[in-house]
Amino acid sequence: MKVLAAMSGGVDSAVAAARAVDAGHDVTGVHLALSATPESYRSGARGCCTLEDARDARRAADLLGIPFYVWDLAERFRADVVDDFVAEYAAGRTPNPCLRCNERIKFAAVADRALALGFDAVATGHYARIVDGALYRAVDPSKDQSYVLGVLTAEQLRSAMFPLGGSLKSDVRAEAQRRGLQVAAKPDSHDVCFIPDGDTAGYLARRLGAEPGDIIEDGRVVGAHHGAYAYTVGQRRGLRLGRPAADGQPRFVLDVSPVTRTVTVGPAAALDVDGLTGTAPRWCGPAPGGALRLLAQVRAHGEVVPCRATLTDGELSVALESPLRGVAPGQAVVLYDGDRVVGSATIRATSRAGDLPLAVPRP
Amino acid sequence: MTYLDHAAATPMLPAAVEAMTAHLGSAGNASSLHASGRRARRIVEESRETLAGALGARPGEIVFTAGGTESDNLAVKGMYWARRAADPRRCRILASAVEHHAVLDSVLWLAEHEGALITWLPVDETGRVDPAALQEALDAFADEVALISVQWANNEIGTLQPVAELTEIAHGYDVPLHTDAVQAVGLVPLDFAASGVDAMTVTGHKLGGPIGVGALLLGRGVDCVPLLHGGGQERDVRSGTLDVAGIVGFAAAAEIAVKEQPERAERLAGLRDDLVRRLLEVVPDALLNGDPTLAPTRRLPGNAHFSFPGCEGDSLLLLLDARGIECSTGSACSAGVARPSHVLLATGADEERARSSLRFSLGHPSTRTDVDALIAAIGPVTDRARGAGVASRR
Repeated sequence: MKVLAAMSGGVDSAVAAARAVDAGHDVTGVHLALSATPESYRSGARGCCTLEDARDARRAADLLGIPFYVWDLAERFRADVVDDFVAEYAAGRTPNPCLRCNERIKFAAVADRALALGFDAVATGHYARIVDGALYRAVDPSKDQSYVLGVLTAEQLRSAMFPLGGSLKSDVRAEAQRRGLQVAAKPDSHDVCFIPDGDTAGYLARRLGAEPGDIIEDGRVVGAHHGAYAYTVGQRRGLRLGRPAADGQPRFVLDVSPVTRTVTVGPAAALDVDGLTGTAPRWCGPAPGGALRLLAQVRAHGEVVPCRATLTDGELSVALESPLRGVAPGQAVVLYDGDRVVGSATIRATSRAGDLPLAVPRP
Repeated sequence: MTYLDHAAATPMLPAAVEAMTAHLGSAGNASSLHASGRRARRIVEESRETLAGALGARPGEIVFTAGGTESDNLAVKGMYWARRAADPRRCRILASAVEHHAVLDSVLWLAEHEGALITWLPVDETGRVDPAALQEALDAFADEVALISVQWANNEIGTLQPVAELTEIAHGYDVPLHTDAVQAVGLVPLDFAASGVDAMTVTGHKLGGPIGVGALLLGRGVDCVPLLHGGGQERDVRSGTLDVAGIVGFAAAAEIAVKEQPERAERLAGLRDDLVRRLLEVVPDALLNGDPTLAPTRRLPGNAHFSFPGCEGDSLLLLLDARGIECSTGSACSAGVARPSHVLLATGADEERARSSLRFSLGHPSTRTDVDALIAAIGPVTDRARGAGVASRR
């Protein structure tokens, strides 16, 4: 097969490309240039990290003896991932940009272009498995990335290749070392890639400006904030409330409402949700009918709970059999049947047995 | 393999390889006073005379550098600083809008850090500077112009500039003119003295010499503040131990390239004309960029540059590369990440046309077989790339 290997400059995608070569495929490496830092006068100038990553990817491709190119997807990435990220926070929701990037860039823009250019598949360094066209959790539970791939449709999975899904990360590093790949000891990337300093609140403040408002508990004002977008349901740190709660227990963000500029806080117990509804469901196969007994996960490496999922008029209702804590609208719920990904949806609203209306962002 | 990227780097001429390798193993710093040093010095000076002879310059006008980029930086920054030091009002630079990045970015750096003012000289749709535009700029800013920089031949679309005419106008206002001639040597007739220019950039690897050695031809009376300080080896304008073997290879290649220029130009122009005609037959909607007359006085003989509507240049490059055909999407410096070419934008092309372009450049080893290979591949490749262009826009 002709395989396009997306090479980030990290150890995982380098080993994934190497394994595709070993499997006898005709492999071409591509580094995706996603961040266009403001240009001075050198056209093509980028943040140093990105340039360094591109160089690392190129060196890995050199070692594998495969052609290597840089594809500039900065414009698509800005429109489909970065602006979406900011708009979601501005609307009081909590987006997952990695998931958006997989959905709209890596397995859409890149894959579409690759297929049109005559490639048969796109290989990445993601930890997940594809078996008979279905997506499964990776063998290494600490690296499993099936959650951020849960948005992929069966069609997208058909041209995807995840050579690392059956391996432990430690083995992948050892293999990189054995293969002589310079990136063998390179640290994993963690933060949102377009916020290299990790300060999401600061980034949003720069993008959205100050929108001061109240922090409310039980209808009473208990504090102030500079912008509701900087808060996420379930967040505890950074509230800076002067007075402790009456019960002396820590308080958490229960709801974020950018329209009224209010952030509602309360005790941990109020964070438990046992029901949620999701929009824009995507299925790794035909859309299921009736109520399904499945497992639900609402964040990467988050807790997994049994649930009953029902699809009605394009909206997914998920009844959780045990509560999940701190679920924010905008997050994705990914449904599993055992280790197999069934589908996903974007959480619109959450609810709990006590029937208190929770975390429904006002339009 | 079909190599159609000679404007990026052309293989060394066998005679240049021979001349260069003969000296790689010898000891000797051309600045040393002992016998080995004198031997190295003699070789450098003989090479300097050879190069001067080939380019119509005097030996004393040749400043050896590490290549075109250094020569451009030295000319633009050094002449700017010297002129401004002599007269603080002279802080404006006139440069064509289609300069290579080595000139372009030097000018922009001076504007950002040294208070330079810039007037970009516009070009017509073929990429050529209108002498009247220079006249106009000089009329407007006569007393504040430090220097003018206009390339001899464009590296992307091959357009030749009316350098002698521009120089005559410049000298009417007592303003020096620098020209980047790296693409021109060995492909078009070129004579430093006859052109009248005050400074000229040349380099080895575009004419069959080694990479990493070039020269700035600097007229005798032209002041230039050094960029590199140290031993002052080259006229006190450029410091650094001379690369004896590189200089020998450069001079040997330049001598041959210039001597063989008329026949080579004619042969390459013939191949290029054939390439253009046949490519337009296979891909009728391809757009030829640069001067459409292909006349030897207006365009480099080995240059063909097209836009392929609906295709991304880097898709085309990938597909051709996979078929063993090597070309370029623009100047190599912006390759890696595809940016629309400032040259094409300056000619009035829109961003889409600029992004969909490819440069094919022929050189001394090019043959009809190379053209045949491109013509055989370009049809299927553009069809495929067009599909990908649509896909990536979805």
